Amino acid sequence: MSQINRLNGGQIDTSRSLTFRFDGTRYQGHPGDTLASALMANGVRLMGRSFKYHRPRGVLTSGSEEPNALVELRSGARQEPNTRATTAELFDGLEARSQNRFPSLKFDAMAINDRFSNFLTAGFYYKTFMWPAAFWEKLYEPIIRKAAGLGSLSLQDDPDEYDKGFLHCDLLIVGAGPSGLAAALTAGRSGARVILADEDFAFGGRLNSETFSLGEDAAAEWVARTLAELNALPNVRCMIRTTVIGAFDHGICGAVERVSDHLPVPAPGKPRQILWRIYAKRTLLCAGAIERPIAFENNDRPGIMLAGAMRAYVNRWAATPAQKVAVFTNNDDGHRTAVDLIAKGVNVAAVIDPRPDAPRVADCELLAGAQVTDTSGRLGLKFIEVQLADGSERTIECGALGVSGGWNPNVHMTCHQRGRPVWDAGIAAFVPGDDGPAGLTVAGAADGAFSTHAALTTGASQAAASLEQLGIAAKPVDLPAAEDTPVNLKPFWYVKGGKGRAWLDQQNDVTVKDVKLAHQENFRSVEHLKRYTTLGMATDQGKTSNMGGLAIMAELAGKSIPEVGTTIFRPPYTPVAMGALGGRSRGKHFHPVRETPSHKWATEQGAVFVETGNWLRAQWFPKPGETEWRQSVDREVRAVRGSVGVCDVTTLGKIDVQGTDAAQFLNKVYANAFAKLAVGKTRYGLMLREDGIAMDDGTTARLAEDHFVMTTTTANAVGVYRHLEFVHQCLCPDMDVQLISTTEAWAQYAVAGPNSRKLLQKIVDPEFDISNEGFEFMACREITVCGGLRARLFRISFSGELAYEIAVPTRYGDALIRRLMTAGAEFDVVAYGTEALGVMRIEKGHAAGNELNGTTTALNLGMGRMVSKKKDAIGSTLSEREGLNRDDALALVGFKPQDSSAKVTAGGHLMELGTPVDASHNQGYVTSACYSPILNSSIGIGFLKDGANRMGETLRLVSPLTGSEVQVDVVSAHFVDPKGDRLRA
Amino acid sequence: MRYSGLRVIKEALTGHKGWKAAWRDPEPQPSYDYVIIGGGGHGLATAYYLAKQFGKKRIAVIEKGWIGGGNVGRNTTIIRSNYLLDGNEPFYEFSLKLWEGLEQDLNYNAMVSQRGILNLIHSDPQRDAFVRRGNAMILNGADAELLSADQIRAEYPFLNFNDARFPIKGGLAQRRGGTVRHDAVAWGYARGADSHGVDIIQNCEVTGFRIEDGVCKGVETSRGFIGAGKVAACVAGSSGRLMAKAGMRLPIESHVLQAFVSEGLKPVLPGVITYGAGHFYCSQSDKGGLVFGGDLDGYNSYAQRGNLPVVEDVCESGMSLIPAMGRARLLRMWGGIMDMSMDGSPIIDRTHIEGLYFNGGWCYGGFKATPASGFVYAHLLATDTPHDTATAYRFDRFRRGYMIDEKGMGAQPNLH
Amino acid sequence: MIINHPLLGPRDSQEFTYLGDASLIDRPDWQAENAVDQFHDYLYLRDNPAGSHRELWFHETGDRSWLVVTRDTTTHEITAVELARDVARARGRSK
Repeated sequence: MSQINRLNGGQIDTSRSLTFRFDGTRYQGHPGDTLASALMANGVRLMGRSFKYHRPRGVLTSGSEEPNALVELRSGARQEPNTRATTAELFDGLEARSQNRFPSLKFDAMAINDRFSNFLTAGFYYKTFMWPAAFWEKLYEPIIRKAAGLGSLSLQDDPDEYDKGFLHCDLLIVGAGPSGLAAALTAGRSGARVILADEDFAFGGRLNSETFSLGEDAAAEWVARTLAELNALPNVRCMIRTTVIGAFDHGICGAVERVSDHLPVPAPGKPRQILWRIYAKRTLLCAGAIERPIAFENNDRPGIMLAGAMRAYVNRWAATPAQKVAVFTNNDDGHRTAVDLIAKGVNVAAVIDPRPDAPRVADCELLAGAQVTDTSGRLGLKFIEVQLADGSERTIECGALGVSGGWNPNVHMTCHQRGRPVWDAGIAAFVPGDDGPAGLTVAGAADGAFSTHAALTTGASQAAASLEQLGIAAKPVDLPAAEDTPVNLKPFWYVKGGKGRAWLDQQNDVTVKDVKLAHQENFRSVEHLKRYTTLGMATDQGKTSNMGGLAIMAELAGKSIPEVGTTIFRPPYTPVAMGALGGRSRGKHFHPVRETPSHKWATEQGAVFVETGNWLRAQWFPKPGETEWRQSVDREVRAVRGSVGVCDVTTLGKIDVQGTDAAQFLNKVYANAFAKLAVGKTRYGLMLREDGIAMDDGTTARLAEDHFVMTTTTANAVGVYRHLEFVHQCLCPDMDVQLISTTEAWAQYAVAGPNSRKLLQKIVDPEFDISNEGFEFMACREITVCGGLRARLFRISFSGELAYEIAVPTRYGDALIRRLMTAGAEFDVVAYGTEALGVMRIEKGHAAGNELNGTTTALNLGMGRMVSKKKDAIGSTLSEREGLNRDDALALVGFKPQDSSAKVTAGGHLMELGTPVDASHNQGYVTSACYSPILNSSIGIGFLKDGANRMGETLRLVSPLTGSEVQVDVVSAHFVDPKGDRLRA
Repeated sequence: MRYSGLRVIKEALTGHKGWKAAWRDPEPQPSYDYVIIGGGGHGLATAYYLAKQFGKKRIAVIEKGWIGGGNVGRNTTIIRSNYLLDGNEPFYEFSLKLWEGLEQDLNYNAMVSQRGILNLIHSDPQRDAFVRRGNAMILNGADAELLSADQIRAEYPFLNFNDARFPIKGGLAQRRGGTVRHDAVAWGYARGADSHGVDIIQNCEVTGFRIEDGVCKGVETSRGFIGAGKVAACVAGSSGRLMAKAGMRLPIESHVLQAFVSEGLKPVLPGVITYGAGHFYCSQSDKGGLVFGGDLDGYNSYAQRGNLPVVEDVCESGMSLIPAMGRARLLRMWGGIMDMSMDGSPIIDRTHIEGLYFNGGWCYGGFKATPASGFVYAHLLATDTPHDTATAYRFDRFRRGYMIDEKGMGAQPNLH
Repeated sequence: MIINHPLLGPRDSQEFTYLGDASLIDRPDWQAENAVDQFHDYLYLRDNPAGSHRELWFHETGDRSWLVVTRDTTTHEITAVELARDVARARGRSK
């Protein structure tokens, strides 16, 4: 197919052709094309459908602010909805489809909405669809949801990779048009570290789309020369295809580099995109300006676009939207479009300018004092209706219309920290206020300095000023002479008097009438206007539409535009792929994996692992023939209680506490007394938050007068350490105590069961007496094992059996567990996992995470008397409050089903017999439950009102969620060995 | 004027000339019986129920900016009553029931959409906790459903079931949960209140309280003194700033919570999904945008904007749960200021100053509470007794030791 | 955000964990007559200013210092960073 609207010249490489498809049709374009420019060259104007009325649409712009020409790019798992055809770089084999239409772009059944547009005005949905109530979810909403939305996700996992990185610089320059390049040159030559970023795939900004000369040269030559110099400077980093998305606190900017979006697929090992966090001491915004349209009836037809965009397509991409065009402008800049198009051989039918004194610039008909009142052409512009200065009407045939209502400085980033732009009547636009992000200044068109000369000079001077604040001297650079045309514009927002619809927000189908209706219904503030009509809420965030809406509201309210105000731009500047923000933290790499020193060994044993926080812990160790997890767990429990087992408890937090005040410090952080703990002894400690609620528990061993080793639960290791440092540094700064987390320094194993001592005696070096008398319950000692390896031994028990925990330096963990298993063979030692550990602690009535749920007190846990009143411990004072000392306070008790085959459900609630099952009769709840292979029954522990005084009572354990109800007897939580004979054996 | 499909058709045929202002813009009167400070969802709902349900007259809502400009317009629109504790669950269930009849009551379509909310489970302890919660919900008259991983996979096949770091092991669903068009809630209540004679006074900032002998007589405002029989503060997000003018320190910190929306997409997510292994929850609006959020930024802030680390954290969680999201684009991010209370639960109570009442501390549960908050606050204002579902929301619960701590995080607001 | 650590220089705020108002340093006397009331005010009540705020940050993935950061809650501008230990001593805290 021939490129019927391709012109000569432009920044495209016509020596090579690229083949692409749009809605299945094959076309050809060239390197340097965007999808939009290539389609335009091929005579395609219709590229999309609008959101609400499904109106046929073509391109409005030539940049990232495009509201209309949105396509689904690529296919399969790489399908990418809502891609702007105006920024999608053409590559060979590119595939794109139009979206939000059915069955085809040319014939869209949903365009019936357009026929009923009179009923579908702003906010109509708030006024209807209310009866009957149930019909909303069943009928109305599904229809609305199906019709709404734009493109589709493939719902397949994104196959591409994304990276993240950090960059640091003295000066970040956002935008590489004339002001950005002049700034980069100034800063680069000064030796400052400079980053120059531009969202486009070619540096030069607007210079690429204009025919200006700079000095003696064409603009392109100056751009190329400047870039060559910048690229040669080691202190300057030029980042193409890089959009600075937001200005965050303290000079940190986010930027997205589209590394591979211009390629069919990313090169091997390359990411699709990179999210850069740029730490900039100063930022210079050189983001240019965005042209704004004029609203008139049917101003949304394919072929009607911004005048500057039309000029860009012709100059940069050598593509014209039609062979015959017209221009409608209220300012002198719009006339340039006619000049440039005529120079390229395009037939310009007329320039229509509502200003009676419009200048004659182009060599074509000028209709001064005239305005476009209507257009026709269903799938593409055919005619425009013009009202002439004398009031007469004229129809002009044209396939495209360039429209300019003036330019808005691109103030976006200056608002990211809630800065407010200010009105500049000279250019009838908002310019940056002085309350932008700290360290950010603005130059060029973004600051309202519209001429090329002004862009160059302000870019250079602002860069120098920024560097001066950093103590870096920047010499003036020699800038070329450039056009310095003053802005000449008469504000003209919309054509009055028409009966039809004139579009402001083309994507969301917000028209002048909608703004009028919002005003009529008192949605008059900017925020109300935006939210009620959806003006500016589309994918372009109102870059081309907000000003028109504001101007009309101002007129209706009898106020000036700045009195009506402006909505605040928020990051990101342009929408960002979620993948880029997610980076590599997905799938298995979402969080780091922590493995214990014996992880490899456990894997060899066929362990099933479970995530506990970031740790992976062995949950159970299935043996051949065991088909169900319960078989393994029951076997492990029986083996431990019958002989001996080994469990990896490395994940428990370990904190070394040293110093002459260490005992005093522990006395402060534990609710129970620690000051008098003897050397060589271990004690259970309950740690409270300041509000008197249990924070954590564990054992702390005193290895020496001034040396303790604290253990915490796995889950709270980090939080407890932080808390201890708080108590030390903020509350008791003069205590002589040093804290260090040693969780990763020691591998630790529980060795539990009646034969545990015998097993340990085989590896503990003989000079250490670990007999019952020589090393009694709760003893601790630094020892050596296996012939000299230093270790720590604690006689503590979570299982309720005779048990020890033995710790060795991490690098010996793997060796130790292998040695324990070998040495234990004669006792039929088993490895047991967290499930068996959990069963045994429930059988023993030990609280764990399910019980320490952040709302339980020492009293609830049956440890109320442990809270010492004789010392100043964290949490002791507020423990005295009434609500924490109720007579019917919840107490930890055990539950056993009357029918031993019935199951106790964790999370079930307790009711008295014969009372209604509802919240007001709730007596408590079960926190943990398991099957006890020792008791041959399901058992549970949990909290019961006044539980300590209700032993023997029968209750109903109800779980309506899981549909179960069983009768349980209240028993002691210590199901196994309540007197503790075993652990002292 | 009454809204209906017929009215829409009639107006369409007659040029939409007949639509009236949704609410008036009256000049403030010298005094009212009730002055409600704060024209957000809660304040407007309070005024509406005070007038309609409790038959009170001479009511004003004063708002420093435009109504609905605070958190009611910057949340993620979720409604649910999946709370655990007795102090909370009856209140939120009452709220959900009010949502269910809201549109007919207000004659305003706020698009209450009960497409369900699903909290994912990734570990056994989490399942135990969710079973307890689901049971508590049912015992309080709400609905709850425990789903297996297979059931979830059938409904949401595109969640990460292949290589998840924290595999999905089940979920707790509340089918009656869902979303509501947030702005419409403010507008619907405003219109309803206005039609019952409430004066809604925009651009009227409270600059001080007139307190004489321990009695609040009214408020000083940017538009002059307004006398009041009772003054009702209702400015969650700015509670600390406002109540400082009455000399009060609160058990509240102000924190920023960011929220996000993607570009419009054809329907993907039917209901609300909450990730149980990362900071991420997501729904899809009727317009097609994926609306999502995560954790607080974590530091005290009144700036209504956040920073990149949390943006990344939320998106990392999102990508790990829904790997197909990678090619959707985040369109807009914004921040709201949360009244983070010391136990994560709100306060609706009298203050120690006679005639001055307080409603705040909503953390990020405020939106779903809007109808009930308005109703029970109106009840308190009208009767001087707390509504049955809100008896626990007292100031003195901290002093007396009756915290309502759903998350069990204690007196650290940024963890709730 | 960037926190200028008094010992380590500028560090990204992601290395830190936030606690809250630096008044948490001023823990009351447990033996005071109205200790419960004092502890209530200490633990639960906040000035919560819109403006300059002294607050505690913990350099969790750094040197484990607790810092008192003076930061404006409306602009996030940081004007001072001190070691909490020094602040605590200056407020009379010892052992």
